[in-house]
Amino acid sequence: MSEDVYILGTDMIKFGRFPDRSVPSLGAEAALLALDDANLTIQDMEAVCCGNLGQAAAMVGQRIMQEIGQTGVPVVNCANACATGATAFREAWMGIKAGLYDLVLAVGVEQMGRGLLGGAGGAKGIPKEGLLGSQTMPAVFAEAGMEHSRKYGTTFEQFAKVSVKNHHHSTHNPKAMYQIETPLETVMNAEMIAYPNTKLMCSVNVDGAAAAILASEKKARELGMGRAVRVKASVLTSDPWQERDLVMPDVNSCTRLAAKTAYEMAGVGPEDVDLVELHDCFATAEILHYENLGLCGEGEAGRMIDEGESAHGGRVPVNVSGGLLSKGHPLGATGIANIYEISTHLRGEAGARQVEGARIGLTHVIGLGSACAIHVLEKAS
Amino acid sequence: MKEQSEETPQGPLPVVDFLKIPEDGDPYLEGFRCTSCDAVYLADRAACSKCGARDTLKTTRLSTQGNLYVYSIVHRSFPGIEVPYVSAIVDLEGGGTLKGNLINIEPDPEKIEMGMPIEVVFGDALGRVDRDGNTYLSYFFQPRG
Repeated sequence: MSEDVYILGTDMIKFGRFPDRSVPSLGAEAALLALDDANLTIQDMEAVCCGNLGQAAAMVGQRIMQEIGQTGVPVVNCANACATGATAFREAWMGIKAGLYDLVLAVGVEQMGRGLLGGAGGAKGIPKEGLLGSQTMPAVFAEAGMEHSRKYGTTFEQFAKVSVKNHHHSTHNPKAMYQIETPLETVMNAEMIAYPNTKLMCSVNVDGAAAAILASEKKARELGMGRAVRVKASVLTSDPWQERDLVMPDVNSCTRLAAKTAYEMAGVGPEDVDLVELHDCFATAEILHYENLGLCGEGEAGRMIDEGESAHGGRVPVNVSGGLLSKGHPLGATGIANIYEISTHLRGEAGARQVEGARIGLTHVIGLGSACAIHVLEKAS
Repeated sequence: MKEQSEETPQGPLPVVDFLKIPEDGDPYLEGFRCTSCDAVYLADRAACSKCGARDTLKTTRLSTQGNLYVYSIVHRSFPGIEVPYVSAIVDLEGGGTLKGNLINIEPDPEKIEMGMPIEVVFGDALGRVDRDGNTYLSYFFQPRG
């Protein structure tokens, strides 16, 4: 395989609600922060990969360039559901891996409405929601969680503990949407949205943007490896056929396939991973991914959350940023924001939430439909 | 100006294409089965999603008997949708998996048992009509026996 690809700069804006801002302006802010972090300029970039879902047909990448410098380089716009940002990052990685470019900007951005996400049904006929079950995201992920309950007896309380943990983590992340403690009783007694997911067990719809500067090995050596992060693996999968596909979107098999491929590509195993940012779009989902990513054995995810193994200071801290549950989930930005989080720990720059001695980290996102992206990152020096 | 006949509400119409309403006889569900790998689908497709074989999908009548696979109790939905309701995924005997409302059961996790026997029943689509005033026939799940 060819030489490695490196992250030389990465940053994100504080996630929040910015109804008066435009999508390109949010993306531009993150892009400039990442360029500054790498001590580079837009003139140094040989290509730009932009991830955005809500305006997928509206050339967001080029509109970001209008705000930060129209250099005429190739710009590609990616949409891949909640894996959109990670897909844009991977497009940048591929361009360098192919030997086409030495420096590429990847940026992900989203401006979200409020309220429930999900299919409201086709225009034809009558609304199907609440008639043929539910297509809302909280219910879809509730059902995915109940599959784990069915197999292993996982409880409502165990799912709720995920939310307690991730909200606690976010109290040390100034860029998270929320920095509030949510004790177990608060989580379990919050408004029930779709059993077993209460309101505090659903990710927060926020606006956000994140960006990264990717470099070839040659360019990274030239500019200095001091704060560089090595991309050990970049993997994208779609959902392989499963028996219940048609009515039950499958987040498990595409994650398992991506994890297996990523560990092989990186030459590491789950036991080597020091911290993980995974796709906790709902509290139920995080439990599934402990097993899908091999962080514990089959059926052990409930025990893993009970024993604090995925908490900061535990065996393998998961979502120390606060995760989608508390940091927020701006769909197109999420996949790069979690790469920013891992990179920040590998660089030893995460402040109060630093995972001490972190050398290898893993990011994971799922776009329902489905797409799974996993990146394995390593401290370069 | 539309023809008079097009404005006259008809009904009930099937809520989904795989629900069949014969002129004489009871409604039933019809899916597609791959004659090569036995996978069952609710709609036709260019080739089998599981094995990729072409021209192997044949219509198949789906069972009205099955078992509850998983569920969620929905307490908040889109505006105008009455809650709570039980969103259920049911595996049908002989193949095929459906999502629908589980009715005639209390929306309480203590009362709903995953794996419980379910039957498919047909009825009016909760009074919902389309913009032309057509009524619809839907399917529902209810505990069996």
